[in-house]
Amino acid sequence: MTAAVFFGCAFIAFGPAFSLFIFTIAKDPLRVIILIAGAFFWLVSLLLSSLVWFIATKATNAQDLTLQKNLLIFGSIFSVILQEVFRFAYYRLLRKANEGLAAISEEDGPPLSVREMAYVAGLGFGIMSGAFSMINTLSDSLGPGTVGMFGDSQYYFITSALMTLALTMLHTFWGVVFFEGCERKRWWVIAVVLCVHLMVFSLSLLNPFYVASILPVYAIMLLMAVWAFFSSGGSLHNITLLWTCKTRLKPI
Amino acid sequence: MANNGEDIENNMVTEAPVPTQNQHPEPGVTGVRSRGGGGGAEQNGQAPPQRTPQVVESEEDEDEELTLKYGAKHVIMLFVPVTLCMVVVVATIKSVSFYTQNDGQRLIYTPFPEDTDTIGQRALNSVLNATIMISVIIVMTMVLVLLYKYRCYRVIQGWLFLSSLLLLFFFSFIYLKEVFKTYNVAMDWITLAVIVWNFGVVGMICIHWKGPLRLQQAYLIMISALMALVFIKYLPEWTAWLILAVISVYDLLAVLCPKGPLRILVETAQERNEPIFPALIYSSTMVWLVNMADTGLGHRPMTRKNSTEAPITQVESQSLALGPAPLSPPEDDGGFTPNWMGHQEHQLGPLQSTDETRREIQQLPSARPPVMDDDDEERGVKLGLGDFIFYSMLVGKASAAASGDWNTTLASFVAILIGLCLTLLLLAIFKKALPALPISIFFGLVFYFATDNLVRPFMDQLALHQFYI
Repeated sequence: MTAAVFFGCAFIAFGPAFSLFIFTIAKDPLRVIILIAGAFFWLVSLLLSSLVWFIATKATNAQDLTLQKNLLIFGSIFSVILQEVFRFAYYRLLRKANEGLAAISEEDGPPLSVREMAYVAGLGFGIMSGAFSMINTLSDSLGPGTVGMFGDSQYYFITSALMTLALTMLHTFWGVVFFEGCERKRWWVIAVVLCVHLMVFSLSLLNPFYVASILPVYAIMLLMAVWAFFSSGGSLHNITLLWTCKTRLKPI
Repeated sequence: MANNGEDIENNMVTEAPVPTQNQHPEPGVTGVRSRGGGGGAEQNGQAPPQRTPQVVESEEDEDEELTLKYGAKHVIMLFVPVTLCMVVVVATIKSVSFYTQNDGQRLIYTPFPEDTDTIGQRALNSVLNATIMISVIIVMTMVLVLLYKYRCYRVIQGWLFLSSLLLLFFFSFIYLKEVFKTYNVAMDWITLAVIVWNFGVVGMICIHWKGPLRLQQAYLIMISALMALVFIKYLPEWTAWLILAVISVYDLLAVLCPKGPLRILVETAQERNEPIFPALIYSSTMVWLVNMADTGLGHRPMTRKNSTEAPITQVESQSLALGPAPLSPPEDDGGFTPNWMGHQEHQLGPLQSTDETRREIQQLPSARPPVMDDDDEERGVKLGLGDFIFYSMLVGKASAAASGDWNTTLASFVAILIGLCLTLLLLAIFKKALPALPISIFFGLVFYFATDNLVRPFMDQLALHQFYI
């Protein structure tokens, strides 16, 4: 609607992901490739699930609005499940590729650790998911229009941006936790990630009642952040070291 | 004037595809590499006496590992320019309406109109258009191969000089004009003439003679983007998609079939030991002169120094070898510029050369000068400009045609990048000239049509209800 809305929403939705990309991924070519391949995998999962939804809508009555909405919800749930399946598939692919690289590497160990790959893959999923959710909305916000003319919410753009940010970060954390769980053969982690993803989607069904959807989603995001932090080797010890700017607490 | 321009432009456009070519004798290097185990033992004249096959194999593995490590860098070295070209094309399409307007003008190679009454007629017209275009391309490729075979280098050079002249002056002038129209910028003719003149002349110098690497790369990206924009404007919808599909198939056949024109071209160039197309191929590092032995630049001593160093330090010495002032592509050594319609092959730069490979090459009883070793140290990667043009054309068409949907553009973009990644992976595995179009264009087309028809309505509905999956 105005340039301010456009830039504000763009930076809210994509700022953290973009800075993560610039500071942690852009310098290493292998990470960039893994990021783009992760985005590709998410895209393929979306394609397959929209194929299913498309067939379902074409096979049914287009005039029945409740049916269409239910089909949309069904399609979305299927999409969530498929996304997690593709995350697992990507994990398997990366492990194989990493083993191949490690076998012929002259250094000890593979060029990228599983944790790095988990983070990059999660970010790839998140960036693509965020881009697909938000880009059309952003481009519309540059043009003329009135928000909420027919009684819809005034806060459409900013809530979209906030939800997109939450989803992007959540995908990153899910990636970290998921890969770690697969590494340690803790299969319950996969089930938990799937359930949390479904829960986040169900919370978004409550839109436009934003208080009930955005706040719990952000709470879940914070919990996932904590889980991902501890799962990838963080600890209270590390945090203390970070705050006191020391490399170790006690002199040896 | 516009018609004339189109005719000349079509002449240029339909120059035959030409592959890129590495300057070093691949079969030689590859042969050595595969024989590393046995061959290593007999070539260790100057190396420590007791060299077991294991050590030689580890050097081979080290070569492979460095290849793969550098492989990732090469992929990024191509991702960045391809992305830049696409960004320029998409930005222009979205802002300058000239390139999406249907003025009713067509290229002379696509004479059949697509605004017909029935769908059948439209399909027929587009098939005919695509057939005409592809036959023109095939004929032009044959002409180019014949010219090259019979050493008519001057003709080819002149032809390509003329085409880049037209692109750099005429098309960039039109582009500037349209941009000024879009943004309502008032510009006097004198300033415009000075700008276009400088842009064109510097471009000609950079592309055909010497220039800073980044500037040359920037110019190549700009002319690819201009060409892609011309295609997007003047090719009707269905014709454009058909041409993309058909030209990837043609690319595949022309490069991989034993009698394919591009393959003949590559092999002829290899026999004659000439670099082909030093200009109009995007190269991520400077192209070294073949006749470096004559110029006696710093490479020779560096090569000798490298030969006596242990393999582990080869990485550093190679990075040093890239350090000295780069040389520009030669003008008159028979290298001639490819036509970007052609393009499609690209190769990894020469692979890591070990003591063994260098000695082996020096002992080869062929006319190849030992200067090939220096080429081995250059780790650039080359991609034909035709590839840039068709990738950008696909993404530009996606952003122009797909109901203004950004998801489709993004999906095609990611698909093309992944296709390029896979092609480079295959290149690292097979180590010979490969067509760059088929995989990327196939992925791009699949994702374009799938996203436009399936994903777009789904995501629109989700955005409408603010559901987040």
